[in-house]
Amino acid sequence: MESIAQLLQLIPNYDAWPELLRASLPMLVSCLVIFAVLSVAVMFLVWLERKVSAHMQDRLGPMYVGGWHGWAQTIADSLKLFLKEDIIPESADKVLFVMAPYIAFLGAFAAFVVLPFGAASIVSDLNIGILYIVAVGSLAAVGILMAGWSSNSKYSLYGGMRSVAQIVSYEIPSAMAIMTVVILVGSLSMQQIVGAQKGGIQNWFLFRNPFTFLAFFLYFISSLAEVNRTPFDIPEAESELVAGYHTEYSGMRFAFFFLAEYANMLVVAGVATTLFLGGWTQILPGSTQLIPGPIMFFLKVMVLIFVQMWLRWSLPRLRVDQLMYFCWKVLLPASFVLILGVGWMAVYWK
Amino acid sequence: MEAEYTGDVMTLNMGPQHPSTHGVLRLELKTDGEVVAEAIPHIGYLHRCFEKHAENIEYPGVVPFTDRMDYCAAMNMELGYVLAVEKLMGIEVNNRVRCIRIIMAELNRIASHLIAAGTYGNDMGSFTPFLWCFRDRETILDIFEETCGARLLYNYNWIGGLMCDVLPGFEKRVIDFIDYFEPQVDNLNKLLSDNYIFIKRTANVGIMPPELAINYGVTGPNLRGSGIKFDVRKDEPYLGYEEYDFDVAIGRGEHGPIGSCWDRYMVRIREVKESCKIVRQAVAKMTPGDVQESIPKRIKPAAGEVYHRTECPRGELGYYIVSDGSLKPYRVKVKSPCFTVMGAFRKISRGAMIADIIAILGSVDVVLGEIDR
Amino acid sequence: MKPDEIAALLGAQFGARILESKPSPLSPWSVVDPAEILPVCRFLRDDERLRMDHLECLAGVDYKDRIEVVYVLYSMTHRHRYALKCLLPRESARLNSVESIWGAANWHEREAYDLLGIVFEGHSDLRRILLPDDWEGHPLRRDYKFPTSYRDMPV
Repeated sequence: MESIAQLLQLIPNYDAWPELLRASLPMLVSCLVIFAVLSVAVMFLVWLERKVSAHMQDRLGPMYVGGWHGWAQTIADSLKLFLKEDIIPESADKVLFVMAPYIAFLGAFAAFVVLPFGAASIVSDLNIGILYIVAVGSLAAVGILMAGWSSNSKYSLYGGMRSVAQIVSYEIPSAMAIMTVVILVGSLSMQQIVGAQKGGIQNWFLFRNPFTFLAFFLYFISSLAEVNRTPFDIPEAESELVAGYHTEYSGMRFAFFFLAEYANMLVVAGVATTLFLGGWTQILPGSTQLIPGPIMFFLKVMVLIFVQMWLRWSLPRLRVDQLMYFCWKVLLPASFVLILGVGWMAVYWK
Repeated sequence: MEAEYTGDVMTLNMGPQHPSTHGVLRLELKTDGEVVAEAIPHIGYLHRCFEKHAENIEYPGVVPFTDRMDYCAAMNMELGYVLAVEKLMGIEVNNRVRCIRIIMAELNRIASHLIAAGTYGNDMGSFTPFLWCFRDRETILDIFEETCGARLLYNYNWIGGLMCDVLPGFEKRVIDFIDYFEPQVDNLNKLLSDNYIFIKRTANVGIMPPELAINYGVTGPNLRGSGIKFDVRKDEPYLGYEEYDFDVAIGRGEHGPIGSCWDRYMVRIREVKESCKIVRQAVAKMTPGDVQESIPKRIKPAAGEVYHRTECPRGELGYYIVSDGSLKPYRVKVKSPCFTVMGAFRKISRGAMIADIIAILGSVDVVLGEIDR
Repeated sequence: MKPDEIAALLGAQFGARILESKPSPLSPWSVVDPAEILPVCRFLRDDERLRMDHLECLAGVDYKDRIEVVYVLYSMTHRHRYALKCLLPRESARLNSVESIWGAANWHEREAYDLLGIVFEGHSDLRRILLPDDWEGHPLRRDYKFPTSYRDMPV
């Protein structure tokens, strides 16, 4: 955000503008930049998902729209969704129905404020960065529950309920896995966590410490449940609940849910990259940053997203009670063990 | 387990239009949270009055109507009807017709089980096996299209013979397909059947005890999944099946109690491999001949009645035909295996969760066209 | 067991209540007095030599002067088949339900009721199965008149 503030200084007579405007303009511009980057990224991700799934299923995927391998397919689909008729069920709770997609999207969007794309490319390096992400990530659950309830449809209600149960339960193991890294770094700030992994692949928390190695997998699995991806996509289980909590949504509102899901994927992959894969730092040992930070970050995030897509298209989905069992009786005890291990190492193994 | 459901019982309606009910089936679920107290099936949305039509059309004209009952396994539907009429009239067909009929019936069985396996994976959330199964099924449908012009509804088995002979090179194409396909079944097993999550979803669900299965008249893979070794092709052979060497696949309860959804699903996968064996033998046994030599000039059976059954992919298909000596049948009653197994659905789905209802429905592999006729 | 042996066994057990037997190899059947259908079916299912545990087909046939209910029974253990028939008057086709003997009869009898109007007494849930609940008439009867409209929709 500092660089944006500096850019704004270039406007002639900027110092003469009102104080309030000058204080809030960098924030607004940052938000717009994030929104733009997010939209493009999500469009790319949707296309990538369709291509990856197609090739795994022995078919081709989008091929025509835009020429080369249908790269403009998502743009065409978004346009179509925006132009669709906005249907609100008659017996739906109108205020909640309208607000729900935006709140679900807000959870993902707000997390982007603290994701470190590069050494200087972060909107705001809060000193409680990772705690802020965990807090704001819960907003998605509120949005989904609002959608499920306000649609006034039994299927949506089931989807909403299941989703809240799932998200709230899996937040705990994921937060515990995050704690392991925080204990070792001693700070909640995202840039400091990345800074602790400077110097190459051997410094990544994934490889540096056996407990954080396991914590990475724990976090990755819990984050799949946070994002409602298969094998944890019970809330939107197409074959059981038609479309779960977004059954009654169409057009632009549905597009927002879609946007929210992929944005969540990005956030979760971004957090995993920052905490365990070294963020925007180099792979090769050494101190010079040959490839710029944002590109490094993007490449690592893409690897994790590819794994998420791979899992979605190979695995069946878990049933609700099996999901809950897995969280409370497998992941949670494992996460406690990991925290104990990391704490012990931090104190006695210095 | 018969629990007392005194909590808030909500009635959830699944269908008639629903991605997972294989056709237009309405399941009325009385749910208490996620647990289903009662699952009551309502059918009749696809009733097209087959039995009434059959009374008003001449015998050969009924064959296309039989296709349309179970459209996923049309060759087997026709075969049942045609064999029943031939039994009534005492017609014997030559070896070529028998071999081709067996090849077509078994290929159709493979195609039908591929649909069952693919859609079952789809219902469980695993979307990739669906496309792999359909890709392999396309080759079978191409073979059918070459032979009789249609991919799904054939009108190929006629009373006394076949509609037309197969094209030259048919045997080679069939054997090429079987050679390509047998390793694909192992791929499918690795992806879906042996997948830990899939087993957890299906292995302890929808248990059908053997006594219940027999009492409710369940047949086919659903019965064999409960461990009972009973196959019409072995126990009351027709078309010369007694000369073929194949095993009857039964559920053995490797993952959980016998009679679970996984067992029924796995019986179908094992049956596919057995069908490949049968097709190879049938191709080897084929002799040249005229496929239409036994077709009588006028199909006019003597007055009487007959009940004949065949093994169609979904169970034991029975035709009860009453003839009054005229050109049109007096009564054609179809005993549809899917209809019978839906009668038992309520019993095996007690106490399941909503996701389990989908698992049970997929494992009994119903096609509404056959239930409603 | 051969069909004539089964017919002889039935005749020995029930005597005059078996009205007619035709144990032909193609399609063996016996006509049973409708009032006695339950004991006969129970005997067929439970007797050691017969063990007819599989109700294969329950068909109703509308002849001009009567309605026949045909039970095609099969034994999984002995691998033999036999059919029973009950002749009912067309105006009041009533028969005891065999649902308590074979669970498969539940849906098959509902279908016979729906399409032919045969009322099965003692059935737990006798209502229409293939046609809508408020349909009038029984279509497979020979004197069925096709309706011109259903719920104000032209048919």
